[in-house]
Amino acid sequence: MHSFGHRANAVATFAVTILAAMCFAASFSDNFNTPTPTASVKILNINWFQKEANGNDEVSMTLNISADLSSLFTWNTKQVFVFVAAEYETSQNALNQVSLWDGIIPAKEHAKFLIHTTNKYRFIDQGSNLKGKEFNLTMHWHIMPKTGKMFADKIVMTGYRLPEQYR
Amino acid sequence: GMDWQGQKRAEMLMQVLLVAAAVAAFLVGYLRGDFQLMLLVYAGGVVLTALVTVPNWPFFNRNPLKWLDADEAERHPRPQVSAAGAAAGGKKKSGKNK
Repeated sequence: MHSFGHRANAVATFAVTILAAMCFAASFSDNFNTPTPTASVKILNINWFQKEANGNDEVSMTLNISADLSSLFTWNTKQVFVFVAAEYETSQNALNQVSLWDGIIPAKEHAKFLIHTTNKYRFIDQGSNLKGKEFNLTMHWHIMPKTGKMFADKIVMTGYRLPEQYR
Repeated sequence: GMDWQGQKRAEMLMQVLLVAAAVAAFLVGYLRGDFQLMLLVYAGGVVLTALVTVPNWPFFNRNPLKWLDADEAERHPRPQVSAAGAAAGGKKKSGKNK
């Protein structure tokens, strides 16, 4: 601590060390948040449902997606990535996941939403397994923090079924 | 340069001020729910700490070292190194060379 440069260096290094500790504490404080998110997805219409030339089933649907994810936001939240996936079981795979829609929520004020949309990404099965198929629509989200660990969670909505016939 | 007591005080002050700034910044940020505010308060604390502890202020120089004058020192020749002291010194050297 005998010279100007030595003291300046000591202040800078100790300040950055403490900054790291503050970031750790901010990330840790996220554990005290107990979010109560809600979500619901309604299938308003099956627009069409067919087998493609390559043998894969594809379905187009109109969805009503509503959710209130504002309780996920804390002071350490940068943004939340959210997507809705159709999830179902086939003889080949215990879990098939097809993302139908996604979005980025940049702030708490935008975390309560209602969206009326056709599926943003194509709902195609790897085969011909969709006739009369029972499936879940699951809302997944990833909370991206300003500092620290990323959290992921989901709400599973059950009891959806595709038509028995192509249309 | 700064005197010995001043250096000790400067380091203490630096650590206390930075930790205090960090605690205050975290509390303000957490309670107001504003991460950026935490960073701004802390940045202010760091600047303040640097201003207080980095320059060689007069209050870090209240205990100046009292060196002997050169002619005063010459009137009192260096004491002879004792046999025990020389042996210890030799040991230390050989240890270092290992």
